[in-house]
Amino acid sequence: MRKVAIYGKGGIGKSTTTQNTVAALAEAGKKVMVVGCDPKADSTRLLLGGLSQKTVLDTLRLEGEDLDLEDVVKPGFKGTRCVESGGPEPGVGCAGRGIITSINLLEQLGAYSDKWELDYVFYDVLGDVVCGGFAMPIRDGKAEEIYIVVSGEMMAMYAANNICKGIVKFAESGVVRLGGLICNSRKVDREADLIQALADKLGTQMIHFVPRDNMVQRAEINRKTVIEYDPSVGQADEYRMLSQAIDKNTKFVIPTPLETEELEKLLIEFGLEA
Amino acid sequence: MLLRHTTDKVAERSALTINPAKTCQPVGAMYAALGINKCLPHSHGSQGCCAYHRSSLTRHFKDPIMATTSSFTEGASVFGGQANILEAITNIFALYDPEIIAVHTTCLSETIGDDLNQIIKKAYQEGKIPKGKKVFYASTPSFKGSHVTGYSNMTTGMVQYFSENTGKPLKQINLIPSFIEPSDMAEIKRMTSEMGVKFVMFPDTSGVVNSPMDGKFHMYPKGGTTIEQIKSAGDSSFTLALGRVGAMSAAKLLDTKCKVPCEILDLPIGVRGTDNFLDNLRKVAGVHVPDSLMMERGQLVDVMTDMSQYTYNKTAALVGDPDILVSTAEFLVDLGIKILYVVSGTPAGPKFERRIKEIAGEDVKVKTGANADMFYFHQLIKGNKPDLIFGNTYAKYIARDEDIPLIRIGFPIYDRVGHQYMPIMGYKGGLRLLEKILSAVMDRQDRDAPEERYELVM
Repeated sequence: MRKVAIYGKGGIGKSTTTQNTVAALAEAGKKVMVVGCDPKADSTRLLLGGLSQKTVLDTLRLEGEDLDLEDVVKPGFKGTRCVESGGPEPGVGCAGRGIITSINLLEQLGAYSDKWELDYVFYDVLGDVVCGGFAMPIRDGKAEEIYIVVSGEMMAMYAANNICKGIVKFAESGVVRLGGLICNSRKVDREADLIQALADKLGTQMIHFVPRDNMVQRAEINRKTVIEYDPSVGQADEYRMLSQAIDKNTKFVIPTPLETEELEKLLIEFGLEA
Repeated sequence: MLLRHTTDKVAERSALTINPAKTCQPVGAMYAALGINKCLPHSHGSQGCCAYHRSSLTRHFKDPIMATTSSFTEGASVFGGQANILEAITNIFALYDPEIIAVHTTCLSETIGDDLNQIIKKAYQEGKIPKGKKVFYASTPSFKGSHVTGYSNMTTGMVQYFSENTGKPLKQINLIPSFIEPSDMAEIKRMTSEMGVKFVMFPDTSGVVNSPMDGKFHMYPKGGTTIEQIKSAGDSSFTLALGRVGAMSAAKLLDTKCKVPCEILDLPIGVRGTDNFLDNLRKVAGVHVPDSLMMERGQLVDVMTDMSQYTYNKTAALVGDPDILVSTAEFLVDLGIKILYVVSGTPAGPKFERRIKEIAGEDVKVKTGANADMFYFHQLIKGNKPDLIFGNTYAKYIARDEDIPLIRIGFPIYDRVGHQYMPIMGYKGGLRLLEKILSAVMDRQDRDAPEERYELVM
């Protein structure tokens, strides 16, 4: 079973990218589980067709620790297994601890057991690596490969670089490695070149360049992934290509994060030249 | 009447615990760690945690309990405790020179999410741990479980880090006791030796937390299981876990990790409990029960039958640690004592409730977990007064208000001595427990007897 975590700046399109990639893998016959690690609990919405799912932590709060796996794992598009970790409402509690609790609970309940014959588990993790809890999926070999969703915007690249710092910390004594950058295009000048250059500096690769397409928006309004909504469109093929690239990926590295100045220089170099 | 506001009317409570019938996970973790030879427990959290857990154990054992802390500050809470513990490890080996440091977490470090596995690996890589010395850890957040859970987690950590199957089987068996007194651990060892069985017992706090006064200070008393022994547990032929809640998890891990089969038994309290232990020992080691133990058994049975008129049809309420409660209940039933209530703050689960009902009958009221507190226990007692209360020191307030004799078992016992040195397990220990019960009953009878019924011979 390959264990993948998707990180990236808030609002960059992690959940959308993850779900479309997972849908493409499922379409290709892979068995995938998605674990949403975001208190907003919107990481599986497109796979479940908009069904709101009871989160692990809500279930824990309402029913206590005596719960079954079926209470928290729901079947989504083409048999994908969907879990939302959930968390406290904004402004209270500790969301990080929530993620630790829910992943521990999933392990206890046997969500990762061989009997599910999973090919992949995907963790979709909120925003930046902000504290120990949000780093949970990359600890103890829970996730072994990380993909960072990024665009050509400064803040997205800054976040990606920061996440790499987190990966270095855990990679030194563990198994987690960076698998590549996924460029989710914002139509910034020379975006692909810029992200390719960033990837080179980080010692990794740009595993796929996902162009911007309003199709994604249309599919989301219909609570579907593009793959499900209209399998024939070009954007669906982009996600298929991304999923194939991940499936065939063999380049796993400990990244070499940049200094902020270096990062800014990169941006000026590509931004001004255009 | 300190508890005069407690009423017998039990109201539904969902989010309130009053006087919990348990304590923190790290108390158990610290205690288990002391059962390793030359081991220094280390609390990864702020200073208050460590101070409280040390003092709990010190007050119970009346022996100084050594432990160190990561001394979290505001900064550590924000940035994580890695820097603190790495510095602590360097200092501890330089100043206190233990063979091994057993780290346990606290609520704060668990909430921050410090990854101790990674931190300890880093400490090894950076050469902060001197050659031949060891550091390991167990996760012990107190917002889950109890001191018994913490004990179990630390014991399981020992297996996880040290036990190894080298492919060369040893003619020895493993004994893993639950959270029990050092005197009881010593008694279990004595009986096993008496049977002529080679064994490794871990943790083993006898000789550590009840060490003798010889005029000198010993940072690390002689007792405790060595790391070599814990390592060799992976080559043993069998494991007997004594107490499901406190000892099962380590035994199961030995089975999955090192392929050492195990049997989960109740603690050897009373005739049946001890019979069962010795019988299993006999079977797995292929030995006979020697006459010496048969004689001890006979003596216990003798006193039980001689004095049965004092115990028969008495009623009892039990509060405390689940493994000890199960076996004590069984002994009480054998004495003809009827058990009314069993309460434990440790979440021992439905298996525990089933076992208690199997022993004491369907009528017994059993409750475990966070809502099973001393307040609820007291309310039950107010509803129907038992003749005897079995529990830890905290039950003394109830015992006084309700004028019921208290027989101290479990953890903590802050206000009496003896438990550190004299067992309640095995046939000998059964005799001691029986003596306590009989004394309580007879003292009460003497106190309340009218002049014409005040007996010389009892």
